[in-house]
Amino acid sequence: MDELERIFDDLRALVEDPSFPAVRRWLAQNPGGKVVGSFQVFFPEEIAHAAGMLPLKIAGAGGTIQVRQADARIAAFVCSIVRSSLELALSGRLDFLSVMVIPNICDAARNACGVWVRSFPHMRVETLYHPHNAASAHAVDYLTGEYRRIGRILEEVGGRPITDEALRASIALFNENRRLLREVYRIKRETPWLLSAVESYLLVRSAGLMPREEHNALLRRVLELLPQRPVKKQDRIRVVFEGGFCEQPALDMLAVIQNACYIVDDDLMIGLRWITEDVPLEGDPWRNLADSYLNRSSYSPVQRDPRKPKAEMLLRRIRESGAEAAIVAAAKMCEPGLEEQVHYARALEAAGIPHLVMEFEESMTVFEQVGMEVETFAESLLFQFA
Amino acid sequence: MGTSAEEILGATRREGKRLMDLWWQEMTEAAQTGRPTAYVFAMGSMAELLRTFDFVLNFPEITSLQIAVRGQSQAYIQTAEDYGFSPDVCGYVKADVGLQLRQGEHPYGKVPRPSLVVTSNVCNTYIKWSEIWEHLYGCPVFVVDLPGWRGRDSADLDGETFHNDARYVLGQLQELIGLCEQVTGKRFDVDRFREHLAEANRMAELYHAVCETNRHVPAPFNAVVEGVTYQGIAHLYRGSPEGSRYFQQVLREMQERIRLGMAAVPDERFRLVLVGTTCYSHFRRFVELFASWGGVFVHSTYMVFAGGGFVPGFAYDLSRPLESFAERMVTAAYWGYTGSMFYQQDWLDDVVRRWHVDGICFHGVKSCRTVSTGLPDVREWMRVQRNVPGLFIQSDLVDPRLWSDAQVKNRVDAFFEALAAHKAARR
Ligand code: SF4
Ligand code: SF4
Repeated sequence: MDELERIFDDLRALVEDPSFPAVRRWLAQNPGGKVVGSFQVFFPEEIAHAAGMLPLKIAGAGGTIQVRQADARIAAFVCSIVRSSLELALSGRLDFLSVMVIPNICDAARNACGVWVRSFPHMRVETLYHPHNAASAHAVDYLTGEYRRIGRILEEVGGRPITDEALRASIALFNENRRLLREVYRIKRETPWLLSAVESYLLVRSAGLMPREEHNALLRRVLELLPQRPVKKQDRIRVVFEGGFCEQPALDMLAVIQNACYIVDDDLMIGLRWITEDVPLEGDPWRNLADSYLNRSSYSPVQRDPRKPKAEMLLRRIRESGAEAAIVAAAKMCEPGLEEQVHYARALEAAGIPHLVMEFEESMTVFEQVGMEVETFAESLLFQFA
Repeated sequence: MGTSAEEILGATRREGKRLMDLWWQEMTEAAQTGRPTAYVFAMGSMAELLRTFDFVLNFPEITSLQIAVRGQSQAYIQTAEDYGFSPDVCGYVKADVGLQLRQGEHPYGKVPRPSLVVTSNVCNTYIKWSEIWEHLYGCPVFVVDLPGWRGRDSADLDGETFHNDARYVLGQLQELIGLCEQVTGKRFDVDRFREHLAEANRMAELYHAVCETNRHVPAPFNAVVEGVTYQGIAHLYRGSPEGSRYFQQVLREMQERIRLGMAAVPDERFRLVLVGTTCYSHFRRFVELFASWGGVFVHSTYMVFAGGGFVPGFAYDLSRPLESFAERMVTAAYWGYTGSMFYQQDWLDDVVRRWHVDGICFHGVKSCRTVSTGLPDVREWMRVQRNVPGLFIQSDLVDPRLWSDAQVKNRVDAFFEALAAHKAARR
């Protein structure tokens, strides 16, 4: 097995292991170290890093564990990622968490925060309010204050102040990570045969599961190896996959899609790529983080920003990646995702861009149906574009 | 004032109906004349501010629930689903989309198009809902972003967080005022605004007094039946003299009922709180299932969070109207969440004691993740930590397809049997 394949195998094992092995390794190396969990979509991990803590992205359990206890606490009509994330905690797999932050992305997540608070009296559980009035002239000030609030909590829990210097150093580290991930996406767009959708997904997802220093090194090595990969371009349609901003489709679902098309861009784990440029290092680092969240960032159905009309943003994503078509997915029971899907589909229709609309659930295990739909879709397009 | 049961029971009901009709008349006229109309939501409506600009206020949650009470929601919802909305999207949203796609033709009148949409994030679905109108009409949408409950320690949020939030909200209000001026061509009149605040203060005081009358045994009103009307009027007429007058009348009637020993549910046996909302497509049936056991709803979280944020002790400081408005709004958001949505056990605890409650009905509503997601958990918490029995049932607000009569009835019956045993054991 060559080095690249070994790396991707290891990453898959990491992503599919609900015992969070990289976190446990870090804790073994950093006795007494504190871990800060955050739910989807975005959390300024730099703040946790600057406090000497390990930020950990909690994005559900996929199909890796059975949801039992969480079902008794959360109503049945709630999306799967909310319950499987809670199950991870209820089953003791997140016992190492000192702080859990749940951003106000949607009604289900915000309400789940109450359940976490009641369930884990020893954990500090917080809702983080990112502005939903992103275009307001007051949003940056407000968010700077909100980030400082989270910072105060982490200082309290960690027992060590977050200096501006430390925060700047953390920002620089995460800037590097974002730059490397942008490189991964450039490769996806320009030479998608070099990097499958599952592989690029593993590269992004793992960022939230291990220390960023390690992840940067990993990305650097992968980017070095990729151009030498002995693979040939195939005749496949190029699509954008939209709808993976929060709940994550199973890896096997992505595999089924990539069998029929090249996914040249997507919004999978968009929170880890939310900020699209470097966060400036000069000036107030807290403010720079807030400003970047608002003004140097991507889009998703859970952020309201009139300057970023989402359907237009999707069209732009399609245009800039040279895609011919789109797969517009939504997680089952996801209110914001399902609502946005209607706008997306209508806009694509109006723009004459072929698209496939689908629903998924993180715990899905059978993909024949998806496979068939995508294949038929791709074939009809190949025919059309031929 | 007459004292015959007929007259007393009827007075506020008649007045409530008159005010509701008046609102529909105003909306229908606006649909014809094009008078500026603002679409707003129950929570964080900003009615006091918008009234200053003479907007007609459309509350789509109310029009949606009225479609359901009229027994027509399925057809409207179907229209929205045919348009592309998933069966899993909030039924209020879909009933309204159906209404919009029918050019505003409602069983009670006609809904005008929006000149402006003002929403808050107290329910995040509001924002998505607003974006639908934005797509349909290209109207301006303003989100007044109200940061709210932060976690366990929210009750004693440090001053810094509160001030940060209040500053943000104040800034947004100023931006909203600018937008209102643009849309209506009117200048903001702070004195008129102050008058509306004063009316809201009066109404809030009376509203709380009305809620308090239900601490009496037997309860003079059913928080689910009459409560819905009170809620509706509180929204539609918040900040107006008609609104305050109405609640004065309600209070008088409740006091009179108490004096005469009249009960909302004859032979009251069990006093209940409803957590969540009722099912409007089966409204009468819902109430009857409980009333037939002598069960009366003495309070509901709905009367709290949907109460437009009438926090206990609510009062605007009229000497600094805009600042105070912003601060109250932030307080209301904090309190709405802790008091009745996400972290409601302390509020429930208090109501159970002060309203002499025997049991809690948790109604999980598929449409509404805002109020329903964590209900099973709260129910367990109240049962285990406070020994208060709770019933968990599930259906919807407006989607009749989600109501399963036999299932709900079975659970309700079993609950009352258990409740009787529980009550006997405590005696
Ligand atoms: S998948 Fe959708 S509904 Fe579920 S937590 Fe994420 S945004 Fe909310
Ligand atoms: S989710 Fe709940 S609060 Fe929000 S619009 Fe729907 S019914 Fe209303």
